[in-house]
Amino acid sequence: MSRVKLFTGFERFWHWTQMALIFGLLFTGFEIHGTYTILGFEDAYETHRILAWTLIGLWVLAIFWHLTTGEWRQYVPTTKGLMPMVLYYAYGIFSGEAKPYATTRSAKHNPLQRLAYLGFKLVIAPALWISGLLLLFYTSWKGGPLGELVQLQYIAWVHVAAAFGMLIFLIGHVYMAVTTGHPWYAHLKGMITGYEELEEPKGRTGVA
Amino acid sequence: MKPESTPLSGLLQAAAYACALLAFGALAEPPAPAAAKAQASTADHSKFEELAGPFATGPDVTRACLQCHTEAAKQVHKSIHWTWELDQPQTGQRLGKRWVVNNYCLSLTANYARCTSCHVGYGWKDASFDFTVEENVDCLACHDTTGTYVKFPTGAGHPPYEDTPFQGKVIKAPDLAKVAQGVGKTSRQSCGACHFKGGGGEAVKHGDMDSSLTAPPKSVDVHMSPEGLNYSCSTCHEFKAHEQAGSRYLMKAKSETGVSLPGQESNRPACESCHGLTPHASGIGDKLNSHVDKVACQTCHIPEYARGGRATKTYWDWSTAGRLDAQGKPVVEKQGDLVVYDGMKGSFEWGENLVPEYYWFDGSVRYTLLGETIDPGDQTELNQISGGYGDPKARIWPFKVMRGRQPYDKGNDILVVGHLFGKDDAAYWKTFDWGKAVKAGMEEAKRIGQTTADYSGEYGFADTLMYWPITHMVAPKEQALGCADCHAKDGRLATLTGFYMPGRDANPWIDRIGWILVAATLAGVLLHGLVRIVTGKRRA
Repeated sequence: MSRVKLFTGFERFWHWTQMALIFGLLFTGFEIHGTYTILGFEDAYETHRILAWTLIGLWVLAIFWHLTTGEWRQYVPTTKGLMPMVLYYAYGIFSGEAKPYATTRSAKHNPLQRLAYLGFKLVIAPALWISGLLLLFYTSWKGGPLGELVQLQYIAWVHVAAAFGMLIFLIGHVYMAVTTGHPWYAHLKGMITGYEELEEPKGRTGVA
Repeated sequence: MKPESTPLSGLLQAAAYACALLAFGALAEPPAPAAAKAQASTADHSKFEELAGPFATGPDVTRACLQCHTEAAKQVHKSIHWTWELDQPQTGQRLGKRWVVNNYCLSLTANYARCTSCHVGYGWKDASFDFTVEENVDCLACHDTTGTYVKFPTGAGHPPYEDTPFQGKVIKAPDLAKVAQGVGKTSRQSCGACHFKGGGGEAVKHGDMDSSLTAPPKSVDVHMSPEGLNYSCSTCHEFKAHEQAGSRYLMKAKSETGVSLPGQESNRPACESCHGLTPHASGIGDKLNSHVDKVACQTCHIPEYARGGRATKTYWDWSTAGRLDAQGKPVVEKQGDLVVYDGMKGSFEWGENLVPEYYWFDGSVRYTLLGETIDPGDQTELNQISGGYGDPKARIWPFKVMRGRQPYDKGNDILVVGHLFGKDDAAYWKTFDWGKAVKAGMEEAKRIGQTTADYSGEYGFADTLMYWPITHMVAPKEQALGCADCHAKDGRLATLTGFYMPGRDANPWIDRIGWILVAATLAGVLLHGLVRIVTGKRRA
């Protein structure tokens, strides 16, 4: 076992700010959608708009960081080792098997994580951004060729559907990230402190 | 916060007030006559020999006016205030008070002398009125500034020439020379003398126009309030050669030209003519300004109408009219100050601070004119407003919808006019006989070309409604509607369907499937966690 700095200061800042913004966006978004009334439509909308622009700003920073540091490679998908991960969560985890993946600084996401985060970054988030910006600027494009093709409600449907996707992703992510470490909170602690106890690639046996 | 009043401060205030009274005693005097007010005009009409008087009649005054204002009567003759007629180009219909039927006092036809007390002329007592006579133009109705000029309710546009009793009150004859010498610009008061009393009384007809607008607090009308901009009606309804801008028969539901600068084609009375096309302070993507293409300014900025402390009539049922007391006089029943039954007119409902009804409106109004077949089993729209979500000219507008029940021709299924006012036997308000009143009304209508149909001789009562666009009584911006007034499932626009509105609309399948998947995921991770705990304990 060795204590390794897995998450840089920027990554942790990015992750937790993004978490707060996404929680806020979901909370205000479903109010705008009419699911409940807590803040009132006006405040919910105004908050949603500000949070959205803040998150866009954060993403610009994060994309820049990923490109310049080369960390984007962490999300390159692979099928190698994917099935063992799936089987682990479906079965092995109950019988106390070891995780069939050893996290390292240069490959800190297991194949299942990579796929899930990539899906989040390439499907759910862009669907929200694009539909959200189209909703925000509806009056600027509805008179043009796009307006001929697309009704407002289709954009709204995509936005709401993607928001459900985000919520579902979050439930899975929170469960996995917060409870499946060793000890159970190890990943959560790692995301806060930046450090995780990593097992040596050869010495992964006998986990509780 | 205002400091609490103490005995000492009260004493000081009184002393200061007394000093001020002594120093500026002139201020405490009654208001100076109009002619002596600070003159914006270069002419003081009280110095004109032509206006020295005395004048026996209204037309005598007009003759004097026309000596200098040689073109004035010719200009007035072209205006709707004189013709009571408008050819609506979009529908090809001939509209105006002379031709339309409403669900207040039904129609001008066969009731001339009563209705024309609000005509900008003298002597329209029957259909033979000569619209080409210049001296029959009533200059004073609009240009009086003394507040003493009044047209007698049944005088066909003439003022009372001697003090005359009317419905238990004496209406004083105005001093025509004094009124003539005091002429000036039109005002809320002069326009309001007729427009605040449409439908036969205070606040009855429009709902957004009543005498509270003579000197409204800002909360009632932010533009016309003397506390604020103190606009008169003609500030927005600009007059050119005695013809005003803006008409209910032919509205511009959406302005596309924005602010009207001097020298440009005036866009008034559209709100945008001063406020422009992006009236709200906005950051990037600001949503308020992106509403203006589909939502009229009035929709949010007139949150309620009849806000001036005067109730407007919302329902009028003629079918119950005719109840007389033992002396043969029409029964009158009141609720508080409001007449809810009058044997002459039937049953009424009134309302104050009313939430408008909202409809798409492109500015074009079509009327159900006399002779058009109606369905008496249905509620007949006496006017129809057009426009829809897909119509780029239409916006969502607020309306007062006046509902009622009025006589119709049972044999022909057409609307009728009634001869209500008159001294003859057929007049409803004389003998309370609908049969005679409708017959006389329809004979007159046919004679003047309002209809070609003969009256079948059998009348009934049909439900009708009328749309009155709400555009006055603009509230201060703090009182404008908030988002959630409409963006809600049971909001103000709940009945306007056919378009997607966030907060109100959703695709039920996306919601259903979405929540099922959320619940399944949640159940999945809970189960997964539970099994982990159980199996973990077993291993331990």
